[in-house]
Amino acid sequence: MERHYMDSKIKGVSTGTTILAVTFNGGVIIGSDSRASMGGNYVCSKTINKLIQVHDRIFCCIAGSLADAQAVTKTAKFQISLHSIQMESPPLVKAAASVMKELCYNNKEELQAGFITAGWDKKKGPQVYTVALGGMLLSLPFTIGGSGSTYIYGYTDAKYKPDMSREECLQFATNALALAMGRDNVSGGVAHLVVITEGGVEHVVIPGDKLPKFHDE
Amino acid sequence: MSSIGTGYDLSASTFSPDGRVFQVEYAMKAVENSSTAIGIRCKDGVVFGVEKLVLSKLYEQGSNKRIFNVDRHVGMAVAGLLADARSLSEVAREEASNFRSNYGHNIPLKHLSERVAMYVHAYTLYSAVRPFGCSFILGSYDQDDGPQLYMVDPSGISYGYWGCAIGKAKQAAKTEIEKLQMKDMTCRELVKEVAKIIYIVHDEVKDKAFELELSWVGEVTNGKHELVPKDVREEAEKYAKDSLEEEDDSDEENM
Repeated sequence: MERHYMDSKIKGVSTGTTILAVTFNGGVIIGSDSRASMGGNYVCSKTINKLIQVHDRIFCCIAGSLADAQAVTKTAKFQISLHSIQMESPPLVKAAASVMKELCYNNKEELQAGFITAGWDKKKGPQVYTVALGGMLLSLPFTIGGSGSTYIYGYTDAKYKPDMSREECLQFATNALALAMGRDNVSGGVAHLVVITEGGVEHVVIPGDKLPKFHDE
Repeated sequence: MSSIGTGYDLSASTFSPDGRVFQVEYAMKAVENSSTAIGIRCKDGVVFGVEKLVLSKLYEQGSNKRIFNVDRHVGMAVAGLLADARSLSEVAREEASNFRSNYGHNIPLKHLSERVAMYVHAYTLYSAVRPFGCSFILGSYDQDDGPQLYMVDPSGISYGYWGCAIGKAKQAAKTEIEKLQMKDMTCRELVKEVAKIIYIVHDEVKDKAFELELSWVGEVTNGKHELVPKDVREEAEKYAKDSLEEEDDSDEENM
C-alpha cells in the first residue's frame, strides 16, 4: 500500500512495478515485469530490465525511482565485487543484502527505491531478502514488491508452498506476475524470470501474449 | 648477535645497505623481552595461554590482562609493549564491528588478521611514527570454518598456524608445542597441555611469581571467546604442576 502511494509521487521515471523472489528446493526464482512509467500515464519503456545481477549467483530486483535504483545497484555491485575478491570466495547473499541495506539506510532522505536481493550461496543455499524503502532488511522464504504486488498478496499467500520443485515454482512465479500485470496499470510488458541454482543462472522471458490467461481474458 | 645499525636505524623509512629495516627488527626485540604467550588450535577450538609476570605483590589479581576479546567469536593474546597492544586491540575491534555492520555476519579471521596486519604494516613505512612493539595471536571458532589461529608480528605480516608462541621463551614453547598432536585433541584436553607448557617455559630463577591467563573459544563455549572457567583453570594448573614434579622426580632417578 505504502509503495503504491509513494510511486505516484515519484518525479521522473519510476518503475511502477511488480517484482518477486521465491525460494524452492535447490534454488531461487526471481521475476519482474518490464514496464517503466512516468506520471502513471505514459510508458517510457516497455522492455526495461529490473533484474540486476550484482554477483555470479546474486541478483537484485528494483522498484521505485529507476534512477535511484540504478545508482544504488551500481554502487552495491562494485562493493560486493571488491568484498568477494578480498574474501577470496563468493559473497554470501546476506552480505550482498547488507550492503544494499547500508546504502538505503544511510541515504534514506534522498533515495526512493526498494529492492529484493535473492541468490544462492554455499553456506545457506537459496535465500531471499527484502530491503525496504527506509533500509529495513528482512529474510523471508519468498517476497513480492512494487506497486503491482498489492494485487497478488492473496494469491501468493494462498498458493506458496515451501520446498517446491523448480517447475512448480516457475509456474507459481509466472502466474503471480501475470495476475499483477493484468490489474496494475503501471506494470506490464514481458515477464522476466531468472532461476538461480548452485549450477548456474537461467533467464526465462515470457512475452505478454504467452502469459497465462485467467477466466476473464 | 645482531649487527649495530649505525646510522641506518634511526627511522623506519631507511633501509640498511644489506636490505634490513632496523626499526622493525628492534620492534621485534621489544616483543622478545616480554613474557611468553602461546596459542594452539585443536580439533574443535583454540586455546590461549599467557605467562603474566607479577612484578609487585601489590598488583590486584586479574588486572593488566593480556588476552582481549575482539569480537564475540575472536580472542587476541599479546606479547610486547602492552600499551601498543591495547591500541591494536581497539583497531581490531573496530574492524570486526564495521565488517558486521556492512556485511551482516561475523568477520572471518583470515580477513581480520589481514586487515590488522595491514594497519601494523602502515606504521613501518614512515619516519614520523614508530612501528608497533607487539606481536599478537588471534583465534576464533566458527560453525562452518571451524577453529582458526593467526599471528601478526611488528613487520605487519600475518601467518596462519596450528600452534604458535611469542615472547621471551618462544623457542622453548615452540619445541613443546611441536610435541603435541593438536589436530586430534579437544579443547578440554588442550587447555591442560597449554597450562603445562607455560609452567615448563617459565624461568623460576630470572622471573619469580607469575599468573597464568587461560582463555578458549570453540565448540565447548558455543563459539564465544571467554576466559577459562575457574574449575577448569584449577584443574589445568594442577595438571601442570603435577607434570613438572614428575619430571623433576624422574630427573633425580636418572642421577
